[in-house]
Amino acid sequence: MLDLKTLKFGDELLKRGFAKMTKGGVIMDVTNADQAKIAEKAGAVAVMALERVPSDIRKNGGVARMADPLKVKEILDNVSIPVMAKVRIGHLSEAYVLESLGVDMLDESEVLTPADPFYHINKKLYKVPVVCGARTFPEAVRRIFEGAAMIRTKGEAGTGNIIEAMRHIRAVNDGIYILKDLTNDELYKVAENISKSYINLRELTSNDLLGENNKLPYDNVYYGMDYKTVNDELFKILKEIRKMKRLPLVNFAAGGVATPSDAALMMKMGMDGVFVGSGIFKSKNPEKMANAIVNATENYEDYKSIADVSSGLEGMEGLEIENIEKLQDRGN
Amino acid sequence: MNIGILNIQGDVSEHYNFIKKLGKKYNVSPLMVKNNDDLDNICGLIIPGGESTVIYNFLIKNNMYDHIINMNKNGLYIMGTCAGAIILSENTSDERVKGMSLINIKIKRNAYGRQINSFIENINIKDMGNFNAVFIRAPEIEEYKNSELLSEYNNKPVFVRNKNVFALTFHPELTGNPKIHEYFIKQCQE
Repeated sequence: MLDLKTLKFGDELLKRGFAKMTKGGVIMDVTNADQAKIAEKAGAVAVMALERVPSDIRKNGGVARMADPLKVKEILDNVSIPVMAKVRIGHLSEAYVLESLGVDMLDESEVLTPADPFYHINKKLYKVPVVCGARTFPEAVRRIFEGAAMIRTKGEAGTGNIIEAMRHIRAVNDGIYILKDLTNDELYKVAENISKSYINLRELTSNDLLGENNKLPYDNVYYGMDYKTVNDELFKILKEIRKMKRLPLVNFAAGGVATPSDAALMMKMGMDGVFVGSGIFKSKNPEKMANAIVNATENYEDYKSIADVSSGLEGMEGLEIENIEKLQDRGN
Repeated sequence: MNIGILNIQGDVSEHYNFIKKLGKKYNVSPLMVKNNDDLDNICGLIIPGGESTVIYNFLIKNNMYDHIINMNKNGLYIMGTCAGAIILSENTSDERVKGMSLINIKIKRNAYGRQINSFIENINIKDMGNFNAVFIRAPEIEEYKNSELLSEYNNKPVFVRNKNVFALTFHPELTGNPKIHEYFIKQCQE
């Protein structure tokens, strides 16, 4: 039963609860109000506001930041569905700015240029929920520890190539699966392994000051927490995942979804829903593509219907992963 | 006896698990409902929270909208939570989602504001007592007619009933309290 006095839990319940309301849906990248309206009409469960879609970020290069507040406001004012917005990894202030605009959820995203080389945002400090990308099981667990209300695969944004999203689903699922055989002692070792990235900065300082990387205490390694506290918290999360046999929050696919069949594949793999970035507004007929992807997500095992909605659709051009800069390697 | 959960979008599995948990005690089973055929095998239907625009579009596209209205007129019990209540309403003042007019309420989408204004509040429900109600981008029932008021918050109805139709603007499936699901099951069995 709920205790109203434990506000923190209340916040967590509201944040994860919001994410639950998006399950089974498609969240579409949009760069202006007109696109947002098309997305809403096609049955998007939410829109993601950003300055340029990932494939344009890839093409144009430069620093990719949060969207212009003017654009965000314009989108907020023109649709009734939730509006999310991307914030640079570790950019505490962009996150507060977007929160102040009334954005319903933040996406701390590798698609934008990272702002902090050491830490992701402490998502517990925000009233609005935050979704984060993950390539691997440890990454997902770290983001949950930091207060993410929802997880998504990173995939490889802006490529229209689904292989990386598949890689990340497989990696996270295998991590979850194998927990079942671990004793508590082994599970704690997993926690200690997962937490290593929180002491990178301290080890760097130790090396700079004392010539060796482990000569300084591991106090205050993440927002005032010492290393042991971080491990204990990670251990708690791991125990919960072992018990539930899944991530304890909503888990979407993202990064490379470009066709209705791609979306259906993600749902078939057990994902709770899909993000579509460049796939819609870089296709020949965005309205038709948006409708088709929503249809395929809702009826992901109705292959005749997927064939129908896919007929004559011209998707975005795809990219081979090997020859490009991988956005997924940003943030760890 | 089956209680159907409309399985389009939103927190479907939370409702499903609730009914499953209560299954033994009340001799009911949850059933995912995704097409008109599924509706033939249930005595009660839950329309979960989610995005009302998405749920509405699906119902129209798949010819389920009118069928559900007819089934309700022929006795099917329906409970709508949050987005579900919007679907059941008489008037949404929003052409993106037209209500089924199964309960005479005027409802306003996202009336409390955006996600940052979502809240949890202890409310009192008739014959059930206190209940921690979770409101997420909740709609507000602005007016109700010919319906029974079961609970209100800030002088606005948050839970109303018209015979075999129940409309709630909050999410009983997000807390551990089974009272409302139990109440709905019992009504379906009467």
